[in-house]
Amino acid sequence: MYVEMRHINKTFDGFRASDDVNFGIERGQLAALLGPSGSGKTTILRMIAGLDKPDSGDILIDETRVNDLPGSKRGIGFVFQNYALFRYMTVEENIAFGLKVQKKSRQEITYRVEELLELISMKDLGRRYPHQLSGGQRQRVAFARALAPSPQLLLLDEPFAAIDAKVRRELRTWLKDMIDRVKITSIFVTHDQEEAMEVAGTIILTNQGRIEQIGTPEEICKNPKTEFVADFIDVKLGTGHF
Amino acid sequence: MSEKKKKSFEQDITGDGINSIKKVVETHNAASDGAIKYVLIGVCVVFLFVMLVLPLAVVAVNALKEGWAAYREAVSDEYTIKAFKLTLIAMVTATVVNTIFGIFASYLLSKFYFRGRELLASLIDIPLSISPVIAGLVFILTFGNIGWMGDFLKSHDIKIVFAVPGVILATIFVTFPFVFREIFPVMNAQGKEEEEAASLMGAGGFTIFLRITFPHMKWALLYGVILCAARAMGEFGAVSVISGHLRGKTNTLPLHVEILYNEFNTTAAFAVSSILVLLALLILAARNIVEWKAETKQKQT
Repeated sequence: MYVEMRHINKTFDGFRASDDVNFGIERGQLAALLGPSGSGKTTILRMIAGLDKPDSGDILIDETRVNDLPGSKRGIGFVFQNYALFRYMTVEENIAFGLKVQKKSRQEITYRVEELLELISMKDLGRRYPHQLSGGQRQRVAFARALAPSPQLLLLDEPFAAIDAKVRRELRTWLKDMIDRVKITSIFVTHDQEEAMEVAGTIILTNQGRIEQIGTPEEICKNPKTEFVADFIDVKLGTGHF
Repeated sequence: MSEKKKKSFEQDITGDGINSIKKVVETHNAASDGAIKYVLIGVCVVFLFVMLVLPLAVVAVNALKEGWAAYREAVSDEYTIKAFKLTLIAMVTATVVNTIFGIFASYLLSKFYFRGRELLASLIDIPLSISPVIAGLVFILTFGNIGWMGDFLKSHDIKIVFAVPGVILATIFVTFPFVFREIFPVMNAQGKEEEEAASLMGAGGFTIFLRITFPHMKWALLYGVILCAARAMGEFGAVSVISGHLRGKTNTLPLHVEILYNEFNTTAAFAVSSILVLLALLILAARNIVEWKAETKQKQT
């Protein structure tokens, strides 16, 4: 197991965000944390990133307990829901930021930024500021910025939520291809069952702070273990997606 | 804190601000509104003339009533210069202290959630709703001879009340919400995700502040600093109570004006007032420049 959560509990002001959460993800997997809003999926992601601390339980990355390690030392890249691009920096500066902080040589930084701009097909847009980009372009920049310091694990919080429905499908395919290409273990959070089915290899279904079921999309579809899983998937399939 | 509560809290703190004036001006259209418009303009002009222009003109006329020489004499009087210096000292100290305080407080309140957050935010606003005279009295009761800390201060030979430190303290008290109020809405709107992103990449607190937080708030900060300085300069009530009116020692310009006026030295009183008016006009000009700069900047980004 590359990422492992063991008996994780977390409470916010009396609200049970994580209730004995247990799961593991193999290296190279693309997993989705799927569940209705308020089911605790973002909390799980933030705890893996070190942005929130669990009240009890162990978080393991690559066989090492990382509970007391700051997020910046965990070898992760994080894509925020609204991308959180640095608005007073250009695209290039955004991507270079993590490398600069790590005191990489200027040459190395320039090279890596070029490489990533090419990867996200935005070579000519490096001098632009975030507000001069479309939603889809911003997401690609956020993706490149998260990848710049070559993390071992990529975490994405509702990566498609801020994008209008038309472009969303296109971006899903793009992101899946990218993740396959750079072969990075990834976990993304979504409340959209169709999105999870289409993109993820593994789905972790959450409800009221608990894990309801873990499995491939087919397993979950054919073999829902609890009533909630059956309902959640049925309802979503029945009414379609917004 | 629930989402809804958070929203209303932000609105309480943010208010609408000057920017809303544009929306209104841009939507004027129907000719039938014409009459109402001119009546309202007339009322505003008359009101502003009586309340602002006339008094300013009176200051100028009275200051120069006995001629240029008398004006110069009043302005360059030893006590006037001392009062001017003290006003500057109090103004600069209060502005510096409140800028630092304002940055810390709004950083705390916009980037962290904790119990009592709203309470702290409303506590910071107290000086805006409390009479400055009471603020002065409070300091006398705290630091004066009969006050809580009176014995301690006396035994260590520290003089606060009826001395310069008291004047500065009172000025700080009266002006401390100003910087905070300007930068808090901006920092709050920015959220904390950009900071989190930077920290996940390994940036330290200072780098994050300098590269992420500061660029965002710098115009609001400058604006707050200017407002704070303006208020500090004109403060009368709190300083009046705590200073003891010691000529050449604890007198600030506004207090000096009052003393001169009470001595029936009208020309000098108005002459000294004109210094304050000039300073205020300077600050107003600075304010407008900053506002204009911030706006052009906003259009770019």
